[in-house]
Amino acid sequence: MQSIELARRARISALTMCSTSGASHIGAALSVIDILAVLYGHVADVAPHRTDDPARDIVLVSKGHSASGVYAVLAHAGYLPLEWLDDYYLDGSHLGGHVTAHGNPGVELSTGALGHALPFGVGRALTDKLDGVDRRVFVVLSDGECAEGSNWEAALMAAHHSLGNVTVVIDRNRLQILGRTEDVLGLEPFADKWRAFGWEVDEIDGHDHVQLTEALRVRSDRPRAIVANTTKGKGVDFMEDKVEWHTLVPTADHLALALAQLQTNTTEVQA
Amino acid sequence: MRDAFVKKLNEKAADDPNIMLLVGDLGFGVVADFGDTYPKQFLNCGVAEQSMVGIAAGMAASGRRPFVYSIANFPTLRPLEQIRNDICYHGLSVTIVSVGAGLAYGSLGYTHHAVEDISILRSLPGMRVFSPADALECNAAVDEILATPGPAYLRLGKNREPLVNPTQPDLSRGEPILIRDGSDVTLIAAGPIITQALEVAENLVASGVSVRVVSCPVIKPLNAEAIRSVAEGTVGIVTLEEHTILGGFGSAVLEGFAVRGWRTPILPLGLEDAATHIMGSQEWIRERAGLATPYVQQRVATFAEENA
Repeated sequence: MQSIELARRARISALTMCSTSGASHIGAALSVIDILAVLYGHVADVAPHRTDDPARDIVLVSKGHSASGVYAVLAHAGYLPLEWLDDYYLDGSHLGGHVTAHGNPGVELSTGALGHALPFGVGRALTDKLDGVDRRVFVVLSDGECAEGSNWEAALMAAHHSLGNVTVVIDRNRLQILGRTEDVLGLEPFADKWRAFGWEVDEIDGHDHVQLTEALRVRSDRPRAIVANTTKGKGVDFMEDKVEWHTLVPTADHLALALAQLQTNTTEVQA
Repeated sequence: MRDAFVKKLNEKAADDPNIMLLVGDLGFGVVADFGDTYPKQFLNCGVAEQSMVGIAAGMAASGRRPFVYSIANFPTLRPLEQIRNDICYHGLSVTIVSVGAGLAYGSLGYTHHAVEDISILRSLPGMRVFSPADALECNAAVDEILATPGPAYLRLGKNREPLVNPTQPDLSRGEPILIRDGSDVTLIAAGPIITQALEVAENLVASGVSVRVVSCPVIKPLNAEAIRSVAEGTVGIVTLEEHTILGGFGSAVLEGFAVRGWRTPILPLGLEDAATHIMGSQEWIRERAGLATPYVQQRVATFAEENA
């Protein structure tokens, strides 16, 4: 499946999952789905039948609250049974409201508290470097979570050890729970901060699958940070760039409107 | 004890290339040898404990056996969420090692006192908690930690603790260790404060109180049955720890007995619920905090008398 179609299906599933179960965070899921679709779709060297392969690439999603989007991408990419999406967030489900690794193939790390995946990823990358293993570690961060100091501790470590096997993608949608990132706790000059920490930085459109693919495929002798400029709520016009869709649950009416937009929107250029 | 730990880890690392020692830029004069001997098994993560513990978890997920080494609260409370989420939630085999149990860094002030670590670490799922009394128990704890997968916390004293064990004990069943026999009351210590328990026993001979002194280096999983057995024939158990009275070793024993419906009298001794504002050596603060030998001695004697 092309990554754009994977992303479209994942958006439909994530919206349905949140609406049906009463879960929050749909805005964050819609924001990150293109990044995940490109990573799992064709950039990361991992596949549903190779989730235990020691040589596989490692994908870590630090923004655990985007779980509906993560699970939807994994299910449509063949990692998880599609029917598992039906009881997302409900009693006895495999799939909780934050990214959970236990029992879920393809999920490398349970996240939910922010600022955890980058140090963990640096640990995996350091081990690979010691062992001479040439595989990559991708870490997807939200922009709001870059207020967590643990990210910058790990950023120092990755640069100090020239971990060219680490690539961070920041879902730069400029919104967090209570407002715009620049109003809550400003991050700018954001790309320069990563550069100052010794990272190689790309700034791209985080919904453009061609740009994402090209930026993610670049290898370097230094860790790379891709600032993926995104729109929270991407793909559903009344959710786009609206702070409340971090928290609100789509009603049945919202869902019908949203699905109508996504089901007709199949003519975009394929990556 | 810290030198014993590093020496022991040196020996283990020779046989097991997966053993890693991660330090948070602490251990001057202590860890350098390890780093020189095993440069690929040593990593200074800088003054960045959250990152260090996350890195250790990542390494464990890649098959390594990391030991995260720092002092006082730095490897426990600062990165507590990383220990909880990254290590325990995923059941990873990372060992947190803290040097300076209790008031060992007394004069450095309360920021450097490890006096809540047992309570907090033992509440984490699957976390084993070891508090050795001497270098031999420390070596046994390292052996036991490596023999079984999963998270572990190793609470070390500082250095030059007197040996109370004649040989290295076997901690595989978590049994307490009889150090000095006695017939009236059982005094069980967790950690290097065992030396005070022995002083108490010696001092009380003159008063006709016979104190059985026991070391309990395995706080979790607690072997309550073995603790009850070791206290058999005495009037009850006094626990002694250089740690807050809230949730520590004494609490673990009380819980272990209460859930089994055992009515053995138990008196937990430790630090009161207060931040220490006084500055001084370990011994000096112990004295002011009510943990010095004369105070413990009086509590043990009274307990023995009341429960006789």
